[in-house]
Amino acid sequence: MNSGQQLCTFFVDGLFLGVEVEKVQEVIRYQEMTRVPLAPDIIGGLINLRGQIVTAVDLRKRLDLHERLVGEFPMNVVVRTDDGAMSLLVDDIGDVVEVDAQSFESAPDTLTGVARELIRGVYKLDKQLLLLLDTGEAVRPAAPHAA
Amino acid sequence: MSEMDGMEEIIGEFLVEANEELDQFDRDLVDLEKDPVNATLLARIFRAIHTIKGSGGTLGFEKLASLSHVGENVLSRMRDITLVLNPEITTALLAMTDSLRQMLEQISQTGKEGDDDYTTVTSQLALLLEEASKPESETAAPQVSESVPDPASLLGEILISEGATYPIEVAVALDQQRTGDSRKMGEILVANEAAEATAVLDALRFQSDAHSDISNNTIRVDVGLLDRLMNLVGELVLARNQILQFTSTQSDVVYLGAAQRLNLITTELQEGVMKTRMQPIGTVWNKLPRLVRDLAMNCGKSVQIDMSGAETELDKTIIEAIKSPLTHIIRNAVDHGIENPEIRLAKGKPREGRLSLRAFHEGGQVNIEISDDGAGINTDLVKHKAIAKGTITAEQAARMSEREILGLVFAPGVSTAQEVTSISGRGVGMDVVRTNIEKIGGAIDLQSTAGQGMTIKIKIPLTLAIIPALIVTSGGDRFAIPQVNLVELVRVEGEHSARGIEFIKGTPVYRLRGRLLPIAYLNRELKLGTSEVTTAESINIVVLQAGDREFGLVVDEINDTEEIVVKPLSKQLKSVRCFAGATIMGDGRVALILDVVGLAQLANVLSELNESSIVGDTATKAGAGTAQQSTWLLFKAGESGRMAIPLSLVSRLEEFAADKIERSAGRDVIQYRGQIMPLVNVSDVLGLQTTRKSDPVQVIVYSENGRCVGLVVDEIVDIADQNVEVTREHCPNGILGTAVIQEHVTDLFNIHALLPGATPAVKGVSA
Repeated sequence: MNSGQQLCTFFVDGLFLGVEVEKVQEVIRYQEMTRVPLAPDIIGGLINLRGQIVTAVDLRKRLDLHERLVGEFPMNVVVRTDDGAMSLLVDDIGDVVEVDAQSFESAPDTLTGVARELIRGVYKLDKQLLLLLDTGEAVRPAAPHAA
Repeated sequence: MSEMDGMEEIIGEFLVEANEELDQFDRDLVDLEKDPVNATLLARIFRAIHTIKGSGGTLGFEKLASLSHVGENVLSRMRDITLVLNPEITTALLAMTDSLRQMLEQISQTGKEGDDDYTTVTSQLALLLEEASKPESETAAPQVSESVPDPASLLGEILISEGATYPIEVAVALDQQRTGDSRKMGEILVANEAAEATAVLDALRFQSDAHSDISNNTIRVDVGLLDRLMNLVGELVLARNQILQFTSTQSDVVYLGAAQRLNLITTELQEGVMKTRMQPIGTVWNKLPRLVRDLAMNCGKSVQIDMSGAETELDKTIIEAIKSPLTHIIRNAVDHGIENPEIRLAKGKPREGRLSLRAFHEGGQVNIEISDDGAGINTDLVKHKAIAKGTITAEQAARMSEREILGLVFAPGVSTAQEVTSISGRGVGMDVVRTNIEKIGGAIDLQSTAGQGMTIKIKIPLTLAIIPALIVTSGGDRFAIPQVNLVELVRVEGEHSARGIEFIKGTPVYRLRGRLLPIAYLNRELKLGTSEVTTAESINIVVLQAGDREFGLVVDEINDTEEIVVKPLSKQLKSVRCFAGATIMGDGRVALILDVVGLAQLANVLSELNESSIVGDTATKAGAGTAQQSTWLLFKAGESGRMAIPLSLVSRLEEFAADKIERSAGRDVIQYRGQIMPLVNVSDVLGLQTTRKSDPVQVIVYSENGRCVGLVVDEIVDIADQNVEVTREHCPNGILGTAVIQEHVTDLFNIHALLPGATPAVKGVSA
């Protein structure tokens, strides 16, 4: 982690998460989604991003958090992955935050569950903790343990 | 691309052009074989090789230049009619183009001609040249080898076409050249006062411009760029649609006018961009005459190929995709379709075999037909091969129709060739051809008349990117079904709808003109979780084709047909087999495209089909049944005469070889679909004497809770659709009553009363 790293931040069920700014293609407000029957649970649906069909991954489901309430609309953080653009469904968008390597610490061993695979580490900011999300891992379908 | 320096770019262009010239050369040469003195063809061939020699030499590819030079010498002799094309020369010249291609390939990979040795080709050509020179060695030979061939000799043609001189004058001049005049055509003509000097100069200028003019009219464009353009146009179409929706709320005339114009231009733009990706099918066909010639030579046959509809256009990706299947079919036809000349003559056919290719547009699809007048397919042979390979059993083969047997050609491992040749006959082929055709949403069909030849029909979509699709709604979501899979739409309304879909032990079926059509419900299969109101009002059934089988898909609503742009699904969704992709609808929302085969597998409707259609063939009119009417399966068992059971209880009719029946726990059983199915002999149950031991054994399969029981009967008689009046007098065990069906007294067999007692093992197994 070089100093001067910029993270695009967002909130998911109270968690303050961030991904490297260069991995983010764009952030867009709620888009109408088409659900995909029989798809893995974490798939929120398909959105039309200016003629490109993008698969949206529901981070609440992916992180095993509480489901979004009816009437709450998620925002899309469109990230570039090995499979092309993918959207991460989040509750709200935060600022772009500059972080330095000094404040970085790998995730504590006590962190368990799915989050352990997805959180690459923690930035200890003044006000709160910022969790660094592994985008590649986040868009991978969850292991079968999500029963 | 941008790093490519000027030289590389020039070489790249040279390679593309040279390859095109060579393709044209091959084509023309094969044509020329039929018409060896056709001056236009000769001129074109000559020009092609001359251009390659010239450009190759300029770029410093000396081997290339020297080989084409030798070829050019041969051609120049042919042009002067001192040498007439024969198969030997054709072969040598084709060998030359192959060598030239090899060099071009080397150049494209390494930038150099490579160290391969081409002296055999060169010396072969030189030898031909020498031989040709012998008879008239005194006059022509020394001169021809010296003369530097140049395209100016075509000058005569240009001058004639412009009216600057007369054909006879050119002929005279040519004759002069041939008999020792070393001057050029133009000079001779001017000297003979046959043409004006200025006209000759103009013609010469025209001649040197001609080539570059053609290339100025076309440019080469990267297909990737066209793809991006196509995507952008797709987005434009969506934006246009949104604006048009907005238009309905506006009344500003200027605004409406602009929206209207935007609409028209967008449509035209879309069509234009689509067209840029279209290529005539001729681009694939052009290589076939050469292929056919080579193959025919190899097998000592003589084959004439004719093609019509070469201008039929297809999307570039499809053109690429059909190349290899098409080549395969042609190989098959020449190698073991068309017979040897002796056999053909003995059969009273012309010595030369005919292979014809036809392409045409029909119903938004492209049809390609390949027919030959060869031996056709020997269905007995196919049958034996298929049995030997274990594709089908002997019993199945005995029941199959001629058409079904022909279909076996597409099964893996089945070849119609009696012997394996270097070209084909290994049995890997037609199944791959079919897979490849189906991959691009096409279909292939085969017709054969033994001794008369066969025809292969291929239907393929115009383009992969945009396909016609039926839009349906289920559970509130829209889905697109590719039109190629669609057979028909059925709407069952009113009182029929209640009885429209019937159940054979929980498996829904619909009687479509006497056939039992397996039914799947889209909302159930996709677990759309809607309130399952089976509205008694009406049922919409979309009849679909999955492979060679049909099934009905029940949807909530059938909307419309639309041209949709197919977009692939991301990797996370690849595991969901029932979707082929997604598309963006006119309103900007995403809809999923159903993969009909995947859906059929999911719904488990594929395996049930073959047998049900056997039942269906003899069934009478269906669907319009009233409440009292029912359908009966009539059969004979022992001396009992005719017996019947309700058809709705029957899941399948089967035939088994008697030796397949095994004994288990004192009972007859048979291995059936991965299960052990107990057999119940109806005659035994009723205490009757079996009149005969039949082989194969006729079995009525009855299934309950996924377990099957086979009723062994003597003969399946018929299926009757009729009201019955049942008389219940002195019924023996297992007989429900007696009725008159089809004017015969018939016992109604009581399957329910019989089975629990007769087959304790059934319940035991299904734990």
